[in-house]
Amino acid sequence: MSLRLSTAPHIRSHASTGRIMLNVIIALLPAACAGVYFYGVPALNVILVSCAAAVISEYVWQKLLKRPVRINDFSALLTGLILALTLPPSIPLWAAAIGSVFAIIIVKQLFGGIGDNFLNPAIAARAVLLASWPARMTTFTAATCFSGADAVASATPLAVTENYSYLQLLIGNIPGSIGETCKIAILIGFVYLVFTHTVSFRIPVFTMLSAFVFAFLFGQDPVYAVLSGGILFGAVFMATDYTTSPMAAPAQIAYAVGIGFLTMLIRSFGSYPEGVTYAVLFMNILTPLLDRYMPNKVYGHQKAKEAKKA
Amino acid sequence: MSEEKKSLGKVLVNGILSENPTFRLVLGTCPTLAVTTSAVNGLGMGAAATFVLVGSNIVVSLLRKFIPDNVRIPSFIVIICTFVTMVQLLMQAYLPSLYESLGIFIPLIVVNCIILARAEAFASKNPVVASAVDGFGMGIGFTLALTLIGVIREIIGSGSAFGIRIMSQGYEPMLIFVLASGGFLTYGLLLGVFNAVVNRIGRSKGEGEGA
Amino acid sequence: MNGIVNVLLFMVSCVFTNNFIFSKFLGCCPFLGVSNKVETAASMGLAVTFVMTIASLFSYMVYHWILVPLGLTFMETIAFILVIAALVQFVEMFLKKASPSLYGALGIYLPLITTNCAVLGVATLNVSEGYNLFYSVLNGAFSAIGFLVAIVLMAGVRERLEGSKIPECMKGFPISLVTAGLMAMAFMGFSGLV
Repeated sequence: MSLRLSTAPHIRSHASTGRIMLNVIIALLPAACAGVYFYGVPALNVILVSCAAAVISEYVWQKLLKRPVRINDFSALLTGLILALTLPPSIPLWAAAIGSVFAIIIVKQLFGGIGDNFLNPAIAARAVLLASWPARMTTFTAATCFSGADAVASATPLAVTENYSYLQLLIGNIPGSIGETCKIAILIGFVYLVFTHTVSFRIPVFTMLSAFVFAFLFGQDPVYAVLSGGILFGAVFMATDYTTSPMAAPAQIAYAVGIGFLTMLIRSFGSYPEGVTYAVLFMNILTPLLDRYMPNKVYGHQKAKEAKKA
Repeated sequence: MSEEKKSLGKVLVNGILSENPTFRLVLGTCPTLAVTTSAVNGLGMGAAATFVLVGSNIVVSLLRKFIPDNVRIPSFIVIICTFVTMVQLLMQAYLPSLYESLGIFIPLIVVNCIILARAEAFASKNPVVASAVDGFGMGIGFTLALTLIGVIREIIGSGSAFGIRIMSQGYEPMLIFVLASGGFLTYGLLLGVFNAVVNRIGRSKGEGEGA
Repeated sequence: MNGIVNVLLFMVSCVFTNNFIFSKFLGCCPFLGVSNKVETAASMGLAVTFVMTIASLFSYMVYHWILVPLGLTFMETIAFILVIAALVQFVEMFLKKASPSLYGALGIYLPLITTNCAVLGVATLNVSEGYNLFYSVLNGAFSAIGFLVAIVLMAGVRERLEGSKIPECMKGFPISLVTAGLMAMAFMGFSGLV
């Protein structure tokens, strides 16, 4: 693999951060477009409001604290976009806006801004919304695909007994969160990210493998389990966040396996239908300890690459 | 030991503002976080702690010349414990529903660091009246802080204050504020606001309680 | 078999679902005060585990074998605090003699534990929940392990926050509380597991 940049562990240089963020945003576009296609204008509104609220709150905070305004590094926009894509299309716009403001101000800026947050802001905000308005966050509208049919509220495929075919799960024309349903679009984004060396394949692949194995061990249909819900989206776009995932390869693998395990544990035995949010949050919290006790030994010669990742 | 009459006011205000146990000293965090899901609970907890603070400060101050130095901490704890048991029995008899909702945190007033800290730092060195006033000031400071946190969490998390609905019908309460996580967040953010206000006012004596 | 499963579920519940810090708010003072460094946090957690386990045992015996027969259950709080204070003293003396190295590691935390509300809390909870001797000790030990997990995770995060550009007014306790709040949110994911 070619190494194109190898700055010190935490990338703080302006230009490169902006380019990485932009790459992730580009990778998210297929999923976003699929969501807007399936769920129509409400989904588009959620995305616009969430992104706008994130960027505005970052701008206002940095102005208030007289810090350099860095909304042009796209990180706030990215947070808003990821949050929107994990929300159900029927979520009220005010809730999406509150989520974005919480993500930027409390999870990111209070801890010092980009590179200093210990949780992924978008997922933490999703957890806040889930805890605050559980009914709103678990009501999903059917995919209408602009066919003019009325949007009917129903439960996510994880919560109903009715089964969707694997093909339906892959395409995603079923009730679900805006950006999480179309697995094909997410995979396109993943290929783009790996191809542009924005993220390594390691965390997403090991997360999915672990989810597959543990779903099987917990007595579920493993293929159905990895194709439904938000696990794929989480593995590709949430778990790979630079600042909140471990740096060294062994630690990354442990981190990824932990996410897969916890997701399936919560799905199988917990009180929430989807566990990927909490799984990623918990492993984010564990990341400092993983970094500390599982430094890069096995792949020592790859340090430069890891440094780039972090 | 030259606690004159005019400085009693200072002792009182000390506990409410400049050495507010919750916002300045950050003592007694467990009850602060646990019982402030509603304003009434915060107020009740504050009142119970105030009673214990005043009582234990008075007794410790009265006995300060008789308690040998090397057993003073156990003695203080026994004195505090006596008052806590009194509060416990009184609340059980007259305020059973409040007693129920504060639960385990009533007996845990015994290990609330504020009370032991005041016994050690103030009552064991000062005369009775000043000690009583100090306990009262600290208690009021604690009560105000708990009630404030309780009001904020209750308004955002259940749309009411002191049990009375004050938000409009359309308001959907942000549940996380009455959950465990919301307790930590509210306290942390309020503390930050308090610090910012205090810093802005600087070291001039008019320390604001804008929060 | 069923019994073993129940015991395992009870342990998971103590450590994760009903974590002492993140859902019961017991032991917050040391959790916020002694979580600067991972090593010190781990020592504090171990010391608490040690004391909470024995305190559960002794408080059970004192309550059910002395206070109940004598009809003195209203003396519960005062009896427990004396038991805990005496235990901590005893543990300190014992460690000093038996294992100076362990004493060196845990010694300075032991006096702090007397006024740790987690210890008195677990003794009181054991009584109010009506646990038998076995479950009381189990509750003490695994609630304490939940505390250990929480304080070590917290210390890991706080070490990471060093050098961050945290706003001046949020440094220290405020940011620690916000961190704890976000961690409590993550722990909500464990709800319903048991």
